[in-house]
Amino acid sequence: MKSIIQIKNFNFFYGESQALHDVTLDFNENQISALIGPSGCGKTTLLRCINRMNDLIDDTRSEGNITIHEKNIYLAEVDPVEVRRKVGMVFQKPNPFPKTIWDNIVWGAKINGYTGNLEELVESTLTRTALWDEVKDKLHTNALFLSGGQQQRLCIARAIAIKPDVILMDEPTSALDPVATARIESLITELKKRYSIVIVTHNMQQAGRISDCTSFLLNGVVVEHGRTKEIFLNPKEKKTEEYISGEFG
Amino acid sequence: MERITSHSSKHSEDINKALQWQPKPLRTRKRNETIMRTLMLIALYCTISFLFILAGSIINNAFGYVLFTYEIHPTEFSQGGEINELSHAKKIAILKENLRERVYITLDRKKPMEKRSSQDLSAIIFSRVLKASVLEAYSLFESLFQRGQLIENALTYPNADLIFRSWISPRFIRGEQSTNPLESGIWGAITGSVGVILVTILFSFPLGIGTAVYLCEYMPRSRWKNLLQINIYNLSGVPSIIYGLLGLVVFVRVFLPITSGQLFGFTSGAATDSGRTILSAGLTLTLLILPVIVINTQEAILSVPTYIKQASYGLGATKWQTVWHHIIPYCIGRILTGTILSVSRAIGETAPLVVVGASTFLTIVPNSIFSKYTTLPIQIYQWSARPQQEFQNLAAGAILVLLTIMLTLNFIAIMYRKRVQKKLARL
Ligand SMILES: Nc1ncnc2c1ncn2[C@@H]1O[C@H](COP(=O)(O)OP(=O)(O)OP(=O)(O)O)[C@@H](O)[C@H]1O
Ligand SMILES: [Mg+2]
Repeated sequence: MKSIIQIKNFNFFYGESQALHDVTLDFNENQISALIGPSGCGKTTLLRCINRMNDLIDDTRSEGNITIHEKNIYLAEVDPVEVRRKVGMVFQKPNPFPKTIWDNIVWGAKINGYTGNLEELVESTLTRTALWDEVKDKLHTNALFLSGGQQQRLCIARAIAIKPDVILMDEPTSALDPVATARIESLITELKKRYSIVIVTHNMQQAGRISDCTSFLLNGVVVEHGRTKEIFLNPKEKKTEEYISGEFG
Repeated sequence: MERITSHSSKHSEDINKALQWQPKPLRTRKRNETIMRTLMLIALYCTISFLFILAGSIINNAFGYVLFTYEIHPTEFSQGGEINELSHAKKIAILKENLRERVYITLDRKKPMEKRSSQDLSAIIFSRVLKASVLEAYSLFESLFQRGQLIENALTYPNADLIFRSWISPRFIRGEQSTNPLESGIWGAITGSVGVILVTILFSFPLGIGTAVYLCEYMPRSRWKNLLQINIYNLSGVPSIIYGLLGLVVFVRVFLPITSGQLFGFTSGAATDSGRTILSAGLTLTLLILPVIVINTQEAILSVPTYIKQASYGLGATKWQTVWHHIIPYCIGRILTGTILSVSRAIGETAPLVVVGASTFLTIVPNSIFSKYTTLPIQIYQWSARPQQEFQNLAAGAILVLLTIMLTLNFIAIMYRKRVQKKLARL
């Protein structure tokens, strides 16, 4: 297994308060890595550090390195815009642009210099996200008219249209019903053939079902990291065991 | 142990007591609502009636009977009929006969007599040949309800006519300013106003929106930024006359070579060698409305939900791509609404333009941004300061024109806003 993202001794601060403490993690290529942990433990923060979205928040500071494909993305000469093109992101709440379905997919690719056939791009991304059959007749209607689950799949389609290497997903199914959740889960499993995926989830079954490896965070500290099966079947740390069995969190 | 138990049971009793409150009867709450609703309704009608009073008083002055007296009575030319009913050729003949040759040629050169409208010719005969002058002018109200009395009054003057006159007419709109209220027009003021406002729009839109976008999206939080923000808020409250003084120093004096057009070789024709030009006036009004536009645009930008920005940045967009494709389209409606309101305010501004030197009497129509100018509000102010009723009538006519221009500009802006919104939403 080839490692694609390496986080080394990473600290992150919102103003004076430290949200991540000395995080060291490895994520592998073409795998699904799950981040679990109680609310407020820093999962979103860590995810947003991987594509430097935290740069957009005033008064934040980080220490340490994150390397993707052996390139440190926290070097001064690295442009966060370039990082974000290679590391796509799907947010907790579906957030399509208030524009047409077509524009939602095409826009990201266009601004990144895509010059190929737009129709093919739209069709292939929507097919890959299992949305094509549902929306092929209404590509030019506003994306906000789609259902929550469809919107979330559109957001995933939009993210893969910019040809990322890594896709970060922040609780992508937390706002969805079981049927839509199942569809997105099977979609994610399908996507890992082509992309490396880091997913935050509060749903232990989900983490168990789809992920290859799992990291458990608590108060900004990585408590345990390993193959999902091992973490779920015989966790080394007591805290992990308690959390997974639902005793706190 | 016992004490604790008793204490906690006492505590839960307290809580239960708190939950045994009686809701207020709906009747009393409804009564309060009725009172408030009535008050708001009264407020609404007050506002509307003020607006009606305003509109009424303007219209009241713009139309009405005028009592003319003549040096030569019209019947001498028209054989008992009306001057208006004479043929075109006959009118020209009368003018040729009775005007001094120099005057006739000047008028002819301005616009050939044959090409002038019949009403135009009548008006010239009226003022130049018959030498009509206004004895008294009446409001629309007086004209409608005290007609008998006005006619009786007219009979006491020899050689006088009572004629119903609309003070706003094509001649009034297209005419030049004149000391004779019967001939005076506002074309120069209209051109001046439109020119000044176009300059204002041209400068204030890009400057205001650019400043706001920079402050909101690019500038990191700092003490310097706070200071800037506070100052912009303060500037929006500075009285307009002070902007006039600033404009006088900066644009009329310091930037004289630019604002007078000397730098670009504009020195002939209606151009002046002073900085009292349309350009200076437009720039002064730009300063005046800039803070309001910046504040309003900033508020519009802040209303854009963060999820849109995050989505955009998450796709690898640069700041400018995010601003241009998502932030501005999302709030362009709000931006334009605020900007339109400030421009409307600028159209009506008088004080700062008096300070930066709008002309009070100007018979030439401005032909470039380096021309001398006057504007409608200035013209209205001038006329309404005169004691004679006929100048009040002229002012009322000019006010109607000003309001029409304002409403037209607003209407165009609203239509444009709708189109832009639709177009940008598709990008
Ligand atoms: N923009 C911010 N400014 C300041 N503090 C923040 C900000 N965002 C998050 N935090 C703090 O950082 C800590 C970690 O937050 P984070 O959002 O990463 O938690 P999380 O694990 O994603 O929680 P959840 O599961 O509820 O989404 C929290 O204590 C939170 O209060
Ligand atoms: Mg979170």
